[in-house]
This record gives sequence, C-alpha cells and structure tokens, in this order.
Amino acid sequence: MDFIANGFVQAFHLLFTADEETMVILVTTLRLTALSMALILALGLPMGFALGYFTFPGKRALCTVTDTLLALPTVVIGLLVYAFISRRGLLGDWELLFTVEGMAIGQVILGTPIVAAYTASAVEGLDSRLRQTLLTLGASGAKLAAVSLWEARFMILTAALTALGRIVGEVGSAMMLGGNIKWHTRTITTAITLETGKGDFALGIALGVILILISLLLNISLSFLRRRTQN
Amino acid sequence: MRFSKKFSVIAVLLAVCLLAFGSLAAAKAPVLRMATTTSTDNTGLLDYLAPILLKDTGIEIQWVSVGTGKALEYGRNGDVDVVLTHSPSQEDKFMEEGAGANRRKVMYNDFVLIGPASDPAGVKGKPVVQAFATIAAKGEKLVSRADKSGTHTAELKLLEKAGVKDFDKAPWYVQTGQGMLKTINIADEQNGYALTDRGTFIKYDAGLNGRKGLVIICEGDNELLNKYSVMAVSPLKHPNVKYDLALKYIDWITSSKVQEDIANFKVEGKQLFFPEAEKRYGH
Repeated sequence: MDFIANGFVQAFHLLFTADEETMVILVTTLRLTALSMALILALGLPMGFALGYFTFPGKRALCTVTDTLLALPTVVIGLLVYAFISRRGLLGDWELLFTVEGMAIGQVILGTPIVAAYTASAVEGLDSRLRQTLLTLGASGAKLAAVSLWEARFMILTAALTALGRIVGEVGSAMMLGGNIKWHTRTITTAITLETGKGDFALGIALGVILILISLLLNISLSFLRRRTQN
Repeated sequence: MRFSKKFSVIAVLLAVCLLAFGSLAAAKAPVLRMATTTSTDNTGLLDYLAPILLKDTGIEIQWVSVGTGKALEYGRNGDVDVVLTHSPSQEDKFMEEGAGANRRKVMYNDFVLIGPASDPAGVKGKPVVQAFATIAAKGEKLVSRADKSGTHTAELKLLEKAGVKDFDKAPWYVQTGQGMLKTINIADEQNGYALTDRGTFIKYDAGLNGRKGLVIICEGDNELLNKYSVMAVSPLKHPNVKYDLALKYIDWITSSKVQEDIANFKVEGKQLFFPEAEKRYGH
C-alpha cells in the first residue's frame, strides 16, 4: 500500500528536479498528443459536419459505423495499423513503425470517430432557423460550415476533450506501434506499463500523477478559454 | 475584447500546430533497431551497454523489449535489424526459415524454480525435471507466463521431460499471459511455484524489502541454463534492414572487451550474465 504515498512524493520529485528521462517522456507524450489532436480535429470536424448537416442515402448506416468505431479496442487498432506500417506491410517503406508519427496513426483512428460523432450530433441539434438565416444572407460552402461549427463550439470542445482523454490515457496501440523505445517513443502510459512490469509500482504511480496533472492543467486552460469566448 | 478573444484562440491553435509539426523536420540519425526480451531490458543490462556501444562504434541502438516469440516475429517482418533472444528452439526455426543470419552465442544465465518457503510439494533441492513431475502429480499451483517467451518455452520443455501431459486446462496450471515479474507476483499471491530467470528473481527479491516472499526451490541444474543468442535479420528477405550495422553490433557484443563488460554487470551486487561468445553457434 505504501507505494501509493511513495508515488506521490516521487512524482513531485521528478517534476521539480526536471529528471531528464521523465522530461523526455513528457515531451514525447505532448508531441504525440498534439500531433494526433491536430489530425483528429482536421479529419473529425469536417466529417462530423457533413454527417450532421447533409442528408444523403446511407447516412444512418454511416452514423452507425462511426458510433461502432467508438468501441474499437486500442490493441486491435494497434494490430491493424501495425499490419500496414510493418516493413512487410503496404506502407512499410515509409518506416513509420516505432516512431511518434506511426503512433499518431493509431491515435487518430481512435480519436476521429469520437470527434466526428459528437460534432455530427451537435450540428444536427442546431436551430434549423440558423441555416435558413445564413442561406438568406447569402452564406455558402465554407462560410456556412464555419458559422455552424462556431455555433456548436461548446459541444465540439467537449468532443475534443473526450477524444483527448481517450488518446492520452491509451496504452495498447502506443505500445504496439511505438515499441516503448527509451528516449524516442516512450510515453507516460507505456512508461507506466514498463515500470509496473519491472515491479517499480511507486514510479508507475508517480507517472500516473504527472499525467493527471497535465490533464488538469489542460482542462483549466480550456475552461478559461471557454469563459472568454462566452462573454 | 473581441480582439483578445480571437487572439487567444489563434494563439492556442498556433501552439498546438508548432508542437505537432515542429519536430517533423528533424533529421533522422542512422540507428540500429533491436528486438529483445524483457529479461535483458528489465535487469538494466541494455541501459548499461547502450552508452558503451555508442562510444565504441558510434552506433545508436533503439530496442523494443517483448517476449522472445514477438521479438522473432518483429525480425521475420523486417521491423528490426537485429534480435537478441533466449529460446534456442524458436531461434533454430527462425534460422531454418532463412529469416536470420550470422547467429552467435552471446551469454547465458540460468533459470531458477521458485516457490513458497513452506514448499508444499516437498521438492526443494530435487532435480528440476523431477520437481516439475511432483508438483504436477500433487496438483500444487504452477504459475506460467504462457506467452511464448523464452522462459515459457523452457518451462514447456521441462514439463515435457517430466512427462506431464494435458496441463493446459488443469486447475493447478495458472497461465497469466503476462511478463516475468507480474507472473512472479501472481505466484506469490497464490502461493504457487514458477520458473523464472535469475535476474528477475533477484529484482523481485530486492523489492520485497524484508517482507517474506517466494524463495529458490531448485537451481544449478544443467537443465536450467538460459542461453542468449544474437542474430541479424536476413537482408535477403528485407533489403531495407541495416545489415551492415547489425553485423557491426554482433561483432561488438561478441568481442572479448564487451564480453568482459557483460560479466562485470551486476544487480544488487550479483553477476547476472555469463559470457559465452567465443564460438560460432553450433560449432
């Protein structure tokens, strides 16, 4: 039991002494998360907007597929992506396996359905008069999408935070695609798995505490941002 | 107010983009990739050798540590340039398939059979094959990694030699599917026996901090030798692998200087690995 208390002490020790290994793990985690989130939003927002805004044949089926993808186990995503980016795979020549970029592919597959599904229901839920007003005012295409998404911004923020939560705490695909290589692809979650496997439970807890602190910091700054855009 | 609102949104987006794509442009230094087993990594041997390798040869090594089965699979798929594993039978198959090249012995350590200090099966100090037969006959718990690792393969071979059959579903055979240390911890919780490499046991023992845990039941038996070999991934199947770097690495780790370094590596004051590189494999 005492390893939990030790973990908290160690977490602050690692942070305040700027332990080199911990810092590299932290930066790798942030790099991976930022890269993944940028791609997830770039893909998920237009997909979600299209799903929520337009009516087209097969729309219901597509929504069902998106919702089902929310339940994909991370290890399965890891295996699927591995099959493609292994040197034997279709994209093997790109040498993405065991790199942060390769790990990001898994995260994107994990996070995009979340953003797409939430955005779709947010856009669907918008007041239908908004669309009519915009059309009357002569808005079209990109302008229309931009204003609709802006109106749905709080739901979308929730979507982004949910996706962020899922990818930052994920370990299955990060382990498979990144390989947990020290100084290169070791993230907080894969490091926790390693330290637990080595029997260093306190260090595992310490890294967990650091992960929670980062999430806390992110959420505080986002809620600040949210308040600014509200008034 | 309006300006600062927009400004803060743009600032956040910019920061995210910088963080995301800023590092993509960084040049990639040539590195050697190795797949190896958890036992070499968890004991700290690889962390100890990596800076020596960099100093001696200028090669930067990156490794993934997984079970021997998965490590060899990475080799078969050409995802790594070199493999360092400890399962002679699986390695034989790997070589026969033409997946590997220039296999060399590197070092050995030994497995130990550990179990509760009370030794409910009464096998302490017995030859290990006999101990396995007795544990199975008495139905005492045997906790297995069951993950195709080198340790698991060695355990299966011992069970076969002991003439134990149909253990897959036996209530006394606990299959964890997890790494060595987790498996030892499960054996500890369940008062069971387990086969482990000595290095992981020493780590576990040191981590007990005086608490009573599992102890060594059988050791020093010839059947318990745990041999590590290194193999380059064959460039015939995967022209992209860094075969030249792999050969350099193999020459380096089998050189007498590095063999001495390996002998000098200690955990908790104990030598863990014993050099064995003087001969080509099988000669």
